[in-house]
Amino acid sequence: MIEVLAAPLPASIQDLGRPGYRHLGVPLSGALDAEWLALANALTGNPPATAGLEMRLMGPRLRFGNEVTLGLAGEFSAVIDDADGTRRRAANWRSHTLNAGDVLDLGPLRSGIGYLAVHGGFDVPNVLGSRSTYARASMGGLNGRTIAAGDRLNIRHDGSETPNPLRLPHAPPLDAGPIRLIAGPQHDYFTDAAWDSFVSGEYTVTRDADRMGLRLDGPILEHNAALGADIVSDAVAPGAIQVPGDGRPIVLLADCQTVGGYPKIATVIHADVRRLGHLLPGQKLRFTVVSIDEAIAARRCAAQALATCIGGILPVASEYNLDALYGANLIDGVIDAGTAY
Amino acid sequence: MMPCLLALGDGALTLEFGDRIDAGLNAQVMATRDALAALHLIGISDVVPTWRSLTVHFDPLQLDREQLAACLMQTADAPLQESALTTRWQIPVVFGGEFGPDLGAVARTTGHSEDAVVATLCGIDLRVFLIGFLPGFPYLGELPEWLHLPRQKTPRAAVPANSLAIAGAQAAIYPWVSPGGWHLLGRTPVRLFDLADAASPALFAPGDSLRITSISAAEYHRIAAAVAAGEIAPSHWRAP
Repeated sequence: MIEVLAAPLPASIQDLGRPGYRHLGVPLSGALDAEWLALANALTGNPPATAGLEMRLMGPRLRFGNEVTLGLAGEFSAVIDDADGTRRRAANWRSHTLNAGDVLDLGPLRSGIGYLAVHGGFDVPNVLGSRSTYARASMGGLNGRTIAAGDRLNIRHDGSETPNPLRLPHAPPLDAGPIRLIAGPQHDYFTDAAWDSFVSGEYTVTRDADRMGLRLDGPILEHNAALGADIVSDAVAPGAIQVPGDGRPIVLLADCQTVGGYPKIATVIHADVRRLGHLLPGQKLRFTVVSIDEAIAARRCAAQALATCIGGILPVASEYNLDALYGANLIDGVIDAGTAY
Repeated sequence: MMPCLLALGDGALTLEFGDRIDAGLNAQVMATRDALAALHLIGISDVVPTWRSLTVHFDPLQLDREQLAACLMQTADAPLQESALTTRWQIPVVFGGEFGPDLGAVARTTGHSEDAVVATLCGIDLRVFLIGFLPGFPYLGELPEWLHLPRQKTPRAAVPANSLAIAGAQAAIYPWVSPGGWHLLGRTPVRLFDLADAASPALFAPGDSLRITSISAAEYHRIAAAVAAGEIAPSHWRAP
């Protein structure tokens, strides 16, 4: 059991989402960055789709009621206060085993979002095939909402053995290039000038940014006067960029509604939608157009890169044993201690 | 207008039959949905029918995009048939007052009495053209032309759950508290989305039809209490 001592910003339990119900208006939901959730899970010996905790900007402070092995995917500044009073930094991109009474303060996040997975996964109900939280309809996760101080998060015990500590040798890089997209179903609703400024301009993420979408500031996109800024609602998807009458684009994310009535100028390719989840208010972004074939190739490439990354996970050598070995002068110069964390 | 295929990113294809609210287009959308389902393609996660289009969400690494595109074009002219799955509903609504704060303004704007607005809504069969926007949220149509109003200029930050609202040719019922720019006419005590019924959590399905009956505030409170206590099964709202 994990007790939430403080949760200053929204953090929610997410897995890979709730496909199969969009015809009933139920959004896909799921982790904004499914790859990092898969990495957090791999570090704790879980299957990639196991539900973990998704945090944005800042992680909560947690107290552990019993021994728990957890994995951190993200750029946290996490600190562990042991039950015996010692304080240590909790390195990112590795697993940690915490004991009863230990407190983990995940602190501010430099990566926008980050994931915490626990060995066995969080014990919350499976709702319509998923444990993902969709707060707007009080669905999934912990009582259908983000976590709050005083909550208790139970962990599923699937009987599997606690894995030895694992680490990723390198933090997985987040591509810094322009966000790739393909022309949207209603790109013809916009003037040529609007399209040009959309793909050549720079946009800034506004404060209107959550799991449903990001509202962007930048060049105003003018609709074709003959067609207007309204369509008869049709389906949308995470990554779709819709432009209401004010000409300011909105990029949809995992919790987006299933249909929408604004023209969609473009759709971010699947491989890059996860990058959108990391963007913070004030951050700048640019777009670049690719073909459908390039988008599918990028999706295949991302799946392979994730598999390679998971395949590169290594055991963490015990710090204490290393210290002992160094103390005994037995391995001086043989092992690069810097890679042991 | 010939049906055309539109790319909604690399993970979804939209077959668009038209750009209007039109019962004929919607019937073709439903026929195509049924014909596509019969193909049992692997790699599809969601099939979303709307007023005038059918969107297939899929994994292009599992299902070849060109193959799916060909299947969609092939099924686009599937013969229309009455789906055996549609249900007729009778849904009680309390109109006006705190339950429908825009009823007075809608009556004034359209030059009719409040009673005429209520009588009109209760006198037509509303068809469920699509479920979307929010879990269980039905888009209903079509309203007579004199009731077509543009959306409000400034949307409300929080429309109360279970509000009956209209905009343009459409009516809808909000199953959840939500921002919204439609005109609020009344409220139903009926639960439109219930996770306790995991097999079919949404009360309505595309293709269903419903009739609205006007109830008093006292009846609303009585039914709402019975719904909250779990004393009324969803099937209770089927039309006799």
